[in-house]
Amino acid sequence: MTNKTTLSVLVEDRPGALARIATMFARRGFNIDSLAVGPTERAGVSCITLRVDCEHHTLEQIEKQIHKLVNVLRVTELAPGEAIERELLLLKVTASPDKRAELISTAEAFKGRVVDLGPDAIVFELTGTPEELDSFMELARPHGIQELVRTGRVGMSRASVRRPVRRLSAIN
Amino acid sequence: MQMNGADAILRSLEAEGVEVMFGIPGGAIMPTYDAMARGTTVRHVLARHEQGAGHMAQGYARASGRVGVAIATSGPGATNLVTPIADAWMDSTPLVCITGQVRSSLIGTDAFQECDITGITMPIVKHSWLVQDASEIPQVMKAAFHVARTGRCGPVLVDVPRDIQEAILDFEYPHTVDLPGWRPPSKVHPLQIREAAARIARAEKPVLYVGGGTLNGEACDELRELAEQCRLPVVTTLMGKGAFPETHELHFGWPGMHGTKWSNLAMNTCDVLVAIGARFDDRVTGKLSAFAPGATVVHLDIDPAEISKLRDADIPVVGPLKQALAELAKAVAGHRVEGMPAPEAWIRKIEAWRDEFPLRYGSGTEWLKPQRLMETLHELTAGNDVIFTTGVGQHQMWAMQYLLTDRPRNFITSGGLGTMGYGIPAAIGAKAARPEAKVVCVDGDGCFQMTAQELTTAVLDDLPIVVVLVNNGYLGMVTQWQDMFFDGRRSHVHLTAQLPDYAKLAEAYGGVGMVVESEAELRPALEEALSLDRTVVVDCRVDPAEQCFPMIPAGAAAVDMVEYEDPVEAAS
Repeated sequence: MTNKTTLSVLVEDRPGALARIATMFARRGFNIDSLAVGPTERAGVSCITLRVDCEHHTLEQIEKQIHKLVNVLRVTELAPGEAIERELLLLKVTASPDKRAELISTAEAFKGRVVDLGPDAIVFELTGTPEELDSFMELARPHGIQELVRTGRVGMSRASVRRPVRRLSAIN
Repeated sequence: MQMNGADAILRSLEAEGVEVMFGIPGGAIMPTYDAMARGTTVRHVLARHEQGAGHMAQGYARASGRVGVAIATSGPGATNLVTPIADAWMDSTPLVCITGQVRSSLIGTDAFQECDITGITMPIVKHSWLVQDASEIPQVMKAAFHVARTGRCGPVLVDVPRDIQEAILDFEYPHTVDLPGWRPPSKVHPLQIREAAARIARAEKPVLYVGGGTLNGEACDELRELAEQCRLPVVTTLMGKGAFPETHELHFGWPGMHGTKWSNLAMNTCDVLVAIGARFDDRVTGKLSAFAPGATVVHLDIDPAEISKLRDADIPVVGPLKQALAELAKAVAGHRVEGMPAPEAWIRKIEAWRDEFPLRYGSGTEWLKPQRLMETLHELTAGNDVIFTTGVGQHQMWAMQYLLTDRPRNFITSGGLGTMGYGIPAAIGAKAARPEAKVVCVDGDGCFQMTAQELTTAVLDDLPIVVVLVNNGYLGMVTQWQDMFFDGRRSHVHLTAQLPDYAKLAEAYGGVGMVVESEAELRPALEEALSLDRTVVVDCRVDPAEQCFPMIPAGAAAVDMVEYEDPVEAAS
């Protein structure tokens, strides 16, 4: 059984902020499935989206231990169904001219687009839920995946959510 | 005011009210030492090894309740501070470490004496700063002291490149800290107090399990209120030793691996276990799944991450312990007034266990027994303001068992990290904090040799300490484990009791050396050592065969304690 959870962590944009979180995970034996970092609407504040796979008890520990770090402003648990999660995929797949049309129409079904086209390969860009990206990857795999990168998921709670999400916060 | 970064560091320490710092100069911290030479109100104690400086700062912090300050150069100076930093992290000791760093332009180039000390210490500090501009110094220093002492206490590190110490800034010490992410709990939730009080009041077999957080939280008076008003038995951990008077009728020993059997029986059969600034360390619980199986756990702590980290708390109380215990005492006392009876039968039961399973040790040999040494030391110091520090090992456990401590901050030891060599420098730091108190380091011969060079510091800086050396010629605790769990295969544990000659060594360092080879010589030697206002080493040759009991073997349940047994020939 999987117990995957997405955590959205707001941190001060200071040197070592990410290293402190990574070090804490490593030293306490917690695993990170994926991790994405980027700026937010606030100047000097970054958002780290973490995907973790653990029991509820461990998850609580992870949240508290992250929150204890001095540069961490807020830890929010993104509950499935109450949050929007997206990921970006770049995929270079083998495509001889006779297979191009098939691959492109498959990508279109996922709202993907061609970002580069070579004599026998195509590079696709795809944004979607991580599950959608998984599906597309599986369909492309028989053609021969030459290279693949994913950003790791980012997420935020839905605008329509009334119920407060689980959150440890040092700021308003 | 215009000044350079080095002066700004000292003006910041002065603004924080720092009385003393412990350190050693070196290349990358030279501008700051030059600033010291130009003048500061902060006393500097010159250690002989940075590890010593760090433990001195810890001893100072633990004896005074203030933030300890250690200062060292880059590279090896900084890495020598790693052990004290780790120790302070494990035992929640407030510590500000200031290290020099190579010039900013050289960082990352493997320059002479360069090391990434903020990287190395990242898992063992509350926070650290690599100062990148001299103008940051006042704010960083303010933040460093604030983080070290607020919430759960602990170590922080400020790494300052040499050019930043030399750069000019406009100094003004800030009144406020700029740390939007640092908001340790400042209040206690009344609902949690209510729930905890109701459960504690109706407990038939309650135990207060008191840890070092009670001392750090300055909550000893409130703890006493709670215990006395509500008639609740208290056990104190190694780190909590002194938080509650150990000669008090409600004090019932120490839990854990070398704790007393009555304490472990009480904790493991209680119906409500009230953990107060304690963290369910494996040395206390033994096998966690078998620990206090029937107990409802009420857990009070300033650090929310300690709640349910190891043992699920049924009723968590997060917040400053001073406030939490005061409110809890009032609320439980209220229930008592309303007719909830005090657990007198349970107190009688623990007393009966104490009578049934007292601390015991053998006699009938020519050797001085280490336990007898501790008893004598206690007799000679009881009632006086004496601070004990220890190293780590058998002597430390005997000190815990026999040196009854009645005042907070009078027993200072390395608990979590178990740092051999902690005792001597910690004693020097404690003496700097409270010069009016007598400071006695109970040390092992193994521990002594790890930091003995600091005896010179004690002599030259006029910080006299008495070292009572429990010299059995062995790395005693390791020997005990080899004898008990490795079929007696002694592997590299024999140090010899004669070499080095500890008394001569004490004299070589500028102190007084004494040797005690029998019980008859013990009392007069200790009396003399305690009466001198000098640094003294009393080399007490104790029975090398003596083992430390009782003992919960590692990984075993606390109720499966191994006790001292009289040897067959002695019994017959």
